[in-house]
Amino acid sequence: MDREELKNKIIEKWPEAVALEGGEWLNVQAPAETWHEIAHWLRDETDLYFDYLFCLTCVDWLKHLTMVYHMTSTHHRHNLVIKANLDRTNPVIETVADVWRTADFHEREVYEMYGVQFTNHPDLRKLILPDDWEGYPMRKDFEDPINMIKL
Amino acid sequence: MYQETEIIKAIPGTDEMVLNVGPQHPATHGVLHLLLTINGEIIQKVEPHLGYIHRSIEKMCESLSYRQFIYSTSRMDYLSSHINNHGCALCVEKGLEVEIPPRAQYIRVLMDELTRIASHCLWWGATAMDVGALTPFFLAFRDREMITEIMEETCGARLTMNYIVPGGVMFDLHPDFQRKVKAFITHFKTKINEYDELVTGNIIFQNRMKGIGILSKKDAISYGCSGPTARASGVSCDIRKLYPYELYDQLQFDEILHEDCDSFARYLVRLQELRQSMHIIEQLIDNIPEGDIQAKTKAVLKLPKGEFYSRVETARGELGVYIVSEGGTTPYRIKFRSPGFSNLSALDHMTRGHKIGDLVAIMGTLDLVIPDLDR
Repeated sequence: MDREELKNKIIEKWPEAVALEGGEWLNVQAPAETWHEIAHWLRDETDLYFDYLFCLTCVDWLKHLTMVYHMTSTHHRHNLVIKANLDRTNPVIETVADVWRTADFHEREVYEMYGVQFTNHPDLRKLILPDDWEGYPMRKDFEDPINMIKL
Repeated sequence: MYQETEIIKAIPGTDEMVLNVGPQHPATHGVLHLLLTINGEIIQKVEPHLGYIHRSIEKMCESLSYRQFIYSTSRMDYLSSHINNHGCALCVEKGLEVEIPPRAQYIRVLMDELTRIASHCLWWGATAMDVGALTPFFLAFRDREMITEIMEETCGARLTMNYIVPGGVMFDLHPDFQRKVKAFITHFKTKINEYDELVTGNIIFQNRMKGIGILSKKDAISYGCSGPTARASGVSCDIRKLYPYELYDQLQFDEILHEDCDSFARYLVRLQELRQSMHIIEQLIDNIPEGDIQAKTKAVLKLPKGEFYSRVETARGELGVYIVSEGGTTPYRIKFRSPGFSNLSALDHMTRGHKIGDLVAIMGTLDLVIPDLDR
């Protein structure tokens, strides 16, 4: 499916989703509340079949956090980027580790680096940072006078 | 993740116990800590603890300019540093919309493939060592040394090359480059048969590898595996074929796929990839065009506002570079999708029910490079 067909198909099923301009692939902004259902649908719908989540990350925009999911279909070979904006003081989104198992580790990384709470995650613990670490180091306003060197 | 634990601890009320492998353990090839739950010698669960070599390269890159940040990426997957640099350079070039001179493209692909051979050589020796054969390690280093010498002459470094930069490559090739690469290919063509005789056909090695660490096609896709690990499960995921960059769409090479899904299939895929890489080098080495090695770019690079994503095939799988730019001289956010991180997440699934010795063999065929997991 090309970009336009993908866009129409997704917007038709999920009217609350918004297609964004620019980017190499189709960018769709999805509401965080229904993201889990959308993810299931994206994977299981036969002519979409997004079965390979190749990148999962988060961007701190200071006003809000944005979760970014890059996915591709190993069958149809089309790509899609889904974005979901989260409240910065209390970022909560449902996990997709049951849809794509690779999300398990990636979500744990985002959890400790950005403080995003993934509900229903099978094992939401720190993966990289020490257990007693405080703060979210990848956020833009993180300060650590001892370990960080300002250039 | 640092945790003070005893090496072995029994879990009360069950026959199970917890065993720590690493962070300092020769079989993990780096500072990786695995917490095994075992029953006798059978593995029930593997819990990787990362972060012992985490340098937060992503955060560092946010304060480095587009010319500077490439140097830190050589330190991620240090065995494919050329390809890491290549991925970053491609992403910046996508933003700048510059055309790379043909000579630079040829050099880049040649360097990528030489790196792949060097990396797979080291992997071959290390995996054989993991299952108890020491000789292959020395043979692999003998052949890899020839490539490192070629790299040293042209790039000035043996491991962290920092040679591929936005717009082209840093320096022109050393005058001896073509002669030495050809000599290496002639040498390696006979030696790779030696690899097969020594290890591939070895019945002890085959018994350790066949039917061990099964990763089905469906699981490989779900766990986001890439590179030889996924291709041994029949997943077509070679970025060079699917999303060709530079010259790869004009070159003749095969994507190696296997359907056996076990450790031995992963071993065979990498060995065959060595031959494919040699084939690619042979197609290019005599035809390097004359001309510039760098496109004309400004001294200070500025990417337009937007998002850029580039994908390259490293020796371990798909490396993704995701740059979010706000129009300044430094990236607003940069994310490296490292192949090892996703491949490692399948380790627990692959090792359950196997013995501890098999864990070492499975980890060997996953080809983990720890700084690539931690970044």
